[in-house]
Amino acid sequence: MSNNKKNDDLDYETTGHEWDGIQEYNKPLPKWWLWTFYACIVWGIGYTIAYPAWPGISGATPGLLGFSTRGNVEKAITDHEAELGPINDKLASVELTAIADDQELLQYANNAGGAIFRTWCAQCHGSGAAGAKGYPNLLDDDWLWGGSIEAIHETVSHGIRNEVDDMARWSQMPAFGRDELLENEEVVQVVNYVMQMSGQEPRDPAAAEAGAEVYDINCSGCHMEDGTGDRFQGAPNLTDRIWLYGGDYDSLYDTVYNSRFGVMPPMGGADLTEAEIRAVSVYVHGLGGGEASEE
Amino acid sequence: MSILQKHAVLEKNVTLLAIFAFLVVTIGGLVQIVPLFYLENTIEDVEGMRPYTPLELAGREVYLREGCYVCHSQMIRPMRDEVERYGHYSLAVESKYDHPFQWGSKRTGPDLARVGGRYSDEWHVDHLRDPQSVVPESVMPKYGFLEAKLIEGTYIGDLMRTNRMVGVPYSDEMIEAAQADFLAQADPDSDYDGLLERYGENVNVRNFDGAPGVSEADALIAYLQMLGTLVDFSTFTPDASR
Repeated sequence: MSNNKKNDDLDYETTGHEWDGIQEYNKPLPKWWLWTFYACIVWGIGYTIAYPAWPGISGATPGLLGFSTRGNVEKAITDHEAELGPINDKLASVELTAIADDQELLQYANNAGGAIFRTWCAQCHGSGAAGAKGYPNLLDDDWLWGGSIEAIHETVSHGIRNEVDDMARWSQMPAFGRDELLENEEVVQVVNYVMQMSGQEPRDPAAAEAGAEVYDINCSGCHMEDGTGDRFQGAPNLTDRIWLYGGDYDSLYDTVYNSRFGVMPPMGGADLTEAEIRAVSVYVHGLGGGEASEE
Repeated sequence: MSILQKHAVLEKNVTLLAIFAFLVVTIGGLVQIVPLFYLENTIEDVEGMRPYTPLELAGREVYLREGCYVCHSQMIRPMRDEVERYGHYSLAVESKYDHPFQWGSKRTGPDLARVGGRYSDEWHVDHLRDPQSVVPESVMPKYGFLEAKLIEGTYIGDLMRTNRMVGVPYSDEMIEAAQADFLAQADPDSDYDGLLERYGENVNVRNFDGAPGVSEADALIAYLQMLGTLVDFSTFTPDASR
């Protein structure tokens, strides 16, 4: 095999190197490779003319095509907004309660709202909206501040107990134990009473009985005498066995002793447009627990 | 002798080859790097940028120490999907006091360039303690130990001095009051007028982790809550021609 030397090889010069009788040809680069290489150089020059490239004294050459990253993203956003403009305008201007009557608008709001929910709300309320300890479940029909479309819209717009938005709804449960409003014995009593009220077996039935009076004096103002809560103050219903921070003895003791203070940031203002807020409100309203609006 | 044959001289002499290769790389480097130092439009002039407060700077150190950057970038790229998810794309100027910067494109977790103010302090505490308690599908490890580690900011002035050496405009007054400012920012009952005077009105003064004392969690949350909030995009429109 080593002998089948091609004749045309003889046409090439050698490099002049020789090792033990082995010589090296000086063959040129393959033509296809060489021309690809030259084409790349030409392409490179053309590219620097067409696109922003060479730095100067006060800026870089802008390029003949007028390419701009920022311009591109601005155009992409403007185009997208223009496309959705009419339906967003409609969504932002109709009566909140009328959205559900317009099938096309409702479908749009639900889809857009789902995307907005997963971007802005899922971190606390969960991607499936089932909530977490301290972050309300939005799938059930138990609402702290109201479950009508108007109430949800207000909550989404202004948030709850935040210092960013003056319109945010506020209420604050006193820290009965920490701030020494109640004796420790009374805290224990009222915790037992609340357990009984919510249909659980109290840890100490005698204490639960005594807790009724403590509850009437200290808690019924917000949670109501029968424990069904008051949405106007965001005071939870204590009888339904749905708990935001846990309904076992230790959690309830912690709640009464230290109080709770759930905060929700406002989505209005800089973050979401009115149409987006309405879309996500419609989405949340439609998750299962949405209530009819009061006439 | 054509130019291609002259090139053979370079190929056959290793010293010449090294010299000329170095020259070519130098030219490439000069063209790419030097203009960034003098071109006015690389770092645009915006209002609101300020150096980190001592507490935020300490939080940033915790962020770096814990390797948060391995999963989280701080750079919103100019693309519609990113802008819709995270907010306005990042400007170079927004990381001008970052040493080192936290840019990147590898994201296991979300970008944090504009996480400031997006969640409540309580959420951050819950999330650092047990990320899965609020985001079940998260793969982030737990950082509850940060709450237990109390810090006093003893050396924060030194860190600010080091930052000043690389161009962060901390004044002598800022460095002198470093530890006091550090403690004041995490205590809403303290006298924090000096802090606001030195760093501006948009400094968050709160007990970030809700527990007594200044913990590493306080510092980290203070840092996270200011990220991306300094430039007010309702009053500033970046030059779109770039």
